[in-house]
Amino acid sequence: MIAYFVRRFLWLPVLLLIVAFITFTLGYYGPGDPVQVLLGQHTNPAVVARLKQAWGLDRPFPVQYASYIWRALRGDFGESIVKYRGQPVRRLIGTFLPVTLQLNLVSGVLGVMIGIPLGIVAALRHGSWVDRLIMALVVGGISVPTFVLAPVLTYIFARLWRILPPGGWDGIFSTKIILPAVVLALGPMAVFTRQTRAGMLEVFREDYVRTARAKGLAERAVVLRHALRNALIPLSTIMGFMLGGLVEGTFITEFWFGIPGLGSLGFDAFYARDYPIVIGLTLLIAAAYGLANLLVDLGYGFLDPRIRRA
Amino acid sequence: MTLGQQTALGEVKIKGRSQWGELWRRLRRNRPAVMGLFIAALLYVTALFAPWLAPYGYDEQNLDAVERPPSWAYPLGTDEVGRDLLSRIIWGTRSAAFVSITVTLVNLALGVPLGTLAGYFHGWVDTLIMRLADILFAFPGLLFIFFIAATVKPSISTWVKAVGLIDLARSGYVDYLVVIVALGLVGWPGLARLVRGQVLSLKEQEFIVGARAIGASTWRIMFRHLLPNALPPLSVAISMGIGGIILSESTLSLLGIGLQPPNPSWGAMIYSNYRYWRTRPHLVIVPGLVLAAVVFAFNFLGDGLNEALNPHLDQR
Repeated sequence: MIAYFVRRFLWLPVLLLIVAFITFTLGYYGPGDPVQVLLGQHTNPAVVARLKQAWGLDRPFPVQYASYIWRALRGDFGESIVKYRGQPVRRLIGTFLPVTLQLNLVSGVLGVMIGIPLGIVAALRHGSWVDRLIMALVVGGISVPTFVLAPVLTYIFARLWRILPPGGWDGIFSTKIILPAVVLALGPMAVFTRQTRAGMLEVFREDYVRTARAKGLAERAVVLRHALRNALIPLSTIMGFMLGGLVEGTFITEFWFGIPGLGSLGFDAFYARDYPIVIGLTLLIAAAYGLANLLVDLGYGFLDPRIRRA
Repeated sequence: MTLGQQTALGEVKIKGRSQWGELWRRLRRNRPAVMGLFIAALLYVTALFAPWLAPYGYDEQNLDAVERPPSWAYPLGTDEVGRDLLSRIIWGTRSAAFVSITVTLVNLALGVPLGTLAGYFHGWVDTLIMRLADILFAFPGLLFIFFIAATVKPSISTWVKAVGLIDLARSGYVDYLVVIVALGLVGWPGLARLVRGQVLSLKEQEFIVGARAIGASTWRIMFRHLLPNALPPLSVAISMGIGGIILSESTLSLLGIGLQPPNPSWGAMIYSNYRYWRTRPHLVIVPGLVLAAVVFAFNFLGDGLNEALNPHLDQR
């Protein structure tokens, strides 16, 4: 068991090195020479050569990769080359990250608070029209793309009824967060509902639930204390997996609502081919994703004693 | 599962049902799934007959009718350069249909053999393939596709030109190739994992042990015995996957990496109409709802297939 965790732990840096290698290679061979981007169309070859030398772009690929990794290990991810020209990627990410974290926290809590009760209700009313309605909502939640949902909701709530602001950012206690948080929460909500329902249906067939019912426990206690706790265990895995997706979802949502977070930063970097930012973001997301999955696997043993014994 | 039938001679004739026949019988009872199947079929039929169904060409401009509201001549109105929105949506089914089919084929071509090999041989083959899948999973999908698309595009277009297909390069088919390559490379790990799991559980079953006992070759066991039995669960993944592929294509095109105008892609259409959405929100909302309906349909179909395959999910 300990050997397994050690192996898992050692795999994370290896994974990051590979991710960094792939991203760096693709960025290296990809289009958009940063020097060209900086100087524009009409360039003096001597200036180009001098800049390349100054930025170390004339060195062979392995040397460039090694020096990128070496600097990245010390927290230096290079500088933006387009919109935020000259600003270090680390500081940019540091400025934009808190906004995205707050937004994701709110939408994540929203998704859990709506998704889990919906899943319980659907499982309890299994096969009825309530169940079917909830499941249709769930499939809708994973089918409607962010870039459609955001305009539609903005149109209804900000233009037609004029009850919510159409965008902007004022922290998590402002009404401005409602629309983007709802747009972001729909996907996770759907996943939580589906997983809770499936887990509950599975657990309802277990002997210990029948025992709990047979000894005369109130239905409420059976559902919440005996069934739900066990049905929620697989949910922790899903949460780990979803972290990567959540950050990606913010790209379009933040762009649409004009929220100054990582998503907007990424969206701009995408369009401007600002590679240092995109590479930095990729590494950040991969690291967060890898770490979350590791923690989930570690936490699994504490949540479910049956696994610990195995 | 079988029906007995008394014949004149008194012997009992057994009417068997194939696995697929049984699946279809159960699926038919699931109304949302049937609706999903219908919309999915509609997508491909529309795509096939788009030139005859669309009233105008996808890049046909009428500068005398710019930004028109819906009318008899233009059922859904026109955009800022006088293109008919309905026609562009109908032509857009071609992009969605073409990309969804080709990417699924690429995903299957990579995922099924790799998953089968990993499950059957185990050991280092398994470790190698599954670690590769892990890496692809850990990569933030959208960013990975961005890099792939940005990197392969120049080389694909030089390659296409080198082969002498300049017309192809000019008419924007390169964009399709880029999208197919990018999505194809990212989508296979899920399928590989599924197939591997299936093969692992089927491998120990009696009919496989039996096949091995009578001396069937490894390849025969893999392709004649293991794969056909892994196909029904695969159909669920494919159906759900198609919805995701169509969504990814639109997202890519929206982000300016996928299909570019004048190619008719719903995602690119939505993005270019974002600018006008304050005055003409339907230019954004209609293509958006069409896209959502199609993804909806494939997800419902996948759900229905899943339930039809695992009927025990339905019993308390």
